[in-house]
Amino acid sequence: MNDIKKLEEKQLKKLAAEKKIPDFSSGDTVRVNVKITETTSKGEPRTRIQAYEGVCIARSGKGLNASFTVRKISYGEGVERVFPLYSPNIDSIELVRRGSVRRAKLYYLRGRRGKSARIAEDTRGNNKPKSTDAATQPPAIDAPEK
Amino acid sequence: MRTGLIAKKLGMTRYFEETGRHVPVSVLKVEGCQVVAVQTQEKNGYTAVQLGAGATKAKNVSKAVRGHMAKAKVEPKAKLVEFRVSEDGLLDVGAELCVTHFVPGQFVDVTGVTMGKGFQGAMKRWNFAGLRASHGVSISHRSLGSTGQRQDPGKVFKGKKMPGQMGSVQRTVQNLRVVAVDAEEGLILVEGAVPGHKDGWMTIQDAVKKELPKDAPKPAGLKAAAKAETAAPAPEAASAEEPAVAEPAAETE
Repeated sequence: MNDIKKLEEKQLKKLAAEKKIPDFSSGDTVRVNVKITETTSKGEPRTRIQAYEGVCIARSGKGLNASFTVRKISYGEGVERVFPLYSPNIDSIELVRRGSVRRAKLYYLRGRRGKSARIAEDTRGNNKPKSTDAATQPPAIDAPEK
Repeated sequence: MRTGLIAKKLGMTRYFEETGRHVPVSVLKVEGCQVVAVQTQEKNGYTAVQLGAGATKAKNVSKAVRGHMAKAKVEPKAKLVEFRVSEDGLLDVGAELCVTHFVPGQFVDVTGVTMGKGFQGAMKRWNFAGLRASHGVSISHRSLGSTGQRQDPGKVFKGKKMPGQMGSVQRTVQNLRVVAVDAEEGLILVEGAVPGHKDGWMTIQDAVKKELPKDAPKPAGLKAAAKAETAAPAPEAASAEEPAVAEPAAETE
């Protein structure tokens, strides 16, 4: 293993140990609790947690560089945020609902609204890792929790 | 003025900081970086330390260099670089330097040889606009255009930007922040890009345009000092100078 991989593995282990990341893939509805640091009127930094809930429309990258995109409709406007999966700014990720989809990337949702933008719930095999994304993730992530 | 270090560029990755930021970092590896020779005021008229890094086979080294290494009692080195230092920055010959020489948060200048691009035209090399795609331009769409005036001055001025070899020149990137240091693996993580390709040799020095942090080890971060921290008493090379070094190194760890 080369030194960069080793370095990434080391970071990954440390970051993955801090929080439990559920096994989710595109089509699933997730709630991402994002840490936000802001300065109060007195000038001191304060950290609060803001939830961002929406449909995961893409997972990308591997290992430390893994990221995911969450899309939601906010006040009638489509909003997409890309989060690095292991970002320390993410307090936790909750899996709200599993969706049944046939694509890895749900970019087609961008052109849709309302009824046609719905995703059917996946009622089969809820506990199984369903995507190849999840299967290829290094075992180091799951190990500390179980 | 402290000495610098010789490092090998391993590549780039990302680093998640505790504040939540993630920064792009270049990973530089310091391996077997030893003092090979010392230039002193009395003998050479200036003060400097010559460092060597990386291993090479003795048979691939010229006889003269082999003798030079033998004199310093070090293994043959793949790369030799001399760093100008002030009088108090001089080190013992044979002392091995460690990445703890640099402390996280400090700024460094990194020098390396940029990637070679070969012989390139003026458009790529100097960002010239080239000629038009149509309106009578034939064959010379990527040419550089005019190179001068008329009969007066009647010549092309020196320094005119023209096609030629691009890249493969020594360049220094200033004020790169040291994000983290890994003493075990001998890695230095520097924010941003550094010149050159993977496995290329770099020299890292304290930034000339930024102040050196107070907890930076002086005269240098030595491996012997770092080892003395963690475990057994300092090995054979423990000279009068080293106990003094051990304390600042302790703070960095």
